[in-house]
Amino acid sequence: MVKERESIRQFPLPPASAALLGGARLWRRLGIVSALVVAVVVAAAGLMGFPWAPVLAGSVPTALLLLLWFVRSRYMQAPAMTEARLMALSARIRPHFLFNSLNAVLGTIRSDPRRAETALEELAELFRALLQDPKELVPLSEELSLCRKYLALERLRLGDRIQVNWDINSCPPDALMPPLMLQPLLENAVYHGVEPLVDPGCISIRMVSAGGMLVLELSNPFDPRHGHGAGNRMALGNIRERLALFYGQGATLDSETIKDRYVVRIVLPYYATSPTGRT
Amino acid sequence: MNSPLRVLVVDDEAPARARMKQLLDDLGDRISLTVIGEASDGQMALDVLAEQPADVALIDIRMPRMDGLQLALHLSQMPTAPAIIFVTAFDQYAVKAFELTATDYLLKPVRADRLLTALQKVQRHPPPSPAAALHALVPEGRQHLRSTVRGKVLLIPVGDILYLRAELKYVTARTETAEYLLDESLAHLENEFASRFLRVHRSCLVARNAISGYERDKGDTPGDERQWVLLLAGLDEKIPVSRRQWPTVKNLLEA
Repeated sequence: MVKERESIRQFPLPPASAALLGGARLWRRLGIVSALVVAVVVAAAGLMGFPWAPVLAGSVPTALLLLLWFVRSRYMQAPAMTEARLMALSARIRPHFLFNSLNAVLGTIRSDPRRAETALEELAELFRALLQDPKELVPLSEELSLCRKYLALERLRLGDRIQVNWDINSCPPDALMPPLMLQPLLENAVYHGVEPLVDPGCISIRMVSAGGMLVLELSNPFDPRHGHGAGNRMALGNIRERLALFYGQGATLDSETIKDRYVVRIVLPYYATSPTGRT
Repeated sequence: MNSPLRVLVVDDEAPARARMKQLLDDLGDRISLTVIGEASDGQMALDVLAEQPADVALIDIRMPRMDGLQLALHLSQMPTAPAIIFVTAFDQYAVKAFELTATDYLLKPVRADRLLTALQKVQRHPPPSPAAALHALVPEGRQHLRSTVRGKVLLIPVGDILYLRAELKYVTARTETAEYLLDESLAHLENEFASRFLRVHRSCLVARNAISGYERDKGDTPGDERQWVLLLAGLDEKIPVSRRQWPTVKNLLEA
């Protein structure tokens, strides 16, 4: 238990997360106290001869306990739960992408064996990244190299239909972030923004660091007729929840449609590679 | 012996088409077939088929412009349409619908043996059009109607059509800017797009969302009972409503 908590605290935790990890005991105590209060009230009412005392005795504690349970499960999580949640949220690759990529590799083997080899290596790297520890922060440079491999695979399938515009030079490559923040967003951009188009579609990625914060912005072509379905909301929900588990209120993710482009923006605290963390 | 099976390959990804053609090529000594063409979306597939017929079309589901299901809807309107075998990497909804309606499909990456079985099945007895699966997956029907102008196939977005009118042996589709000749019956269109178009006359269907109002026509035939006409957004022309349809139309407009 203690060990798990330490592994989650490899990076400086903002106050919100600290409360999140330590608050469970307080709430258990509160639960016991409120249950006692209810019991006393009900007993007093019974003694004073109120006819509705039995009803109260049944419904009020039930309602209160339900409320308590709801509040606890919604807002409070023990460290083990935080970790379990992170594991459950660890990003998954779309099966659509996996099977289409394998198919593209098969379609390339005879005509361009070397390209097919590279593609399998890229696929292997991508899967290794998906299987890595979701609790460890990674340097931006690592996430970027993963994104490039992912895009190379998509280019094998989609050719010139996929265009990418990087604007990341002003962002320090040693910045730390939770793993797989950017790659799932790229995958969304390809699936919802580029694949429905006949003409080439451009994905823009912009990263800046300012005032101790890191801003990651990704945009893709948006056609209201195709929309961004439940799959997109799920991916964003996943990233948002992982951000909350790492940074509490300290990080945000929002999305909007500006003219014919869909924009997702993540703002998170900037930490450089920490002495206790990986190098 | 049968004549070679004419195959059309439809997929938006070049390597996927290459893979399918390799597989078909590999099957050459086990089944007599010839690839008549390939297309990177539904619209292109329709163009290819207008030039030369095929016995079977291997159709990817997810494609830009016109996807595989929309293409299948168009094919199901055509008398000499090829048999359809859907190909998909991963599409839970579609696969479920195919299973329920016994529609054949292949999963990518496709295995040669599985492809052979599917083609042999088509050769033995061509399957019926996958109407039931399509109805379940695309309840709103086609997104486009086809109109052939001087040998070229035009696709008119169904959402742009204000009304459809039968004249002599043709049906015309009217949009805000133009009029197109269609090659299908009004009864069939009424059936397919029941939720979008409303029959206002024996020979006319009007897009429900285009109706902006109604009035009594200032007819100049004396003695005649004056007719009700519909006003459409974006069009000066007024659409007469038949006496028989008026009660239904009026009810709908007032609802």
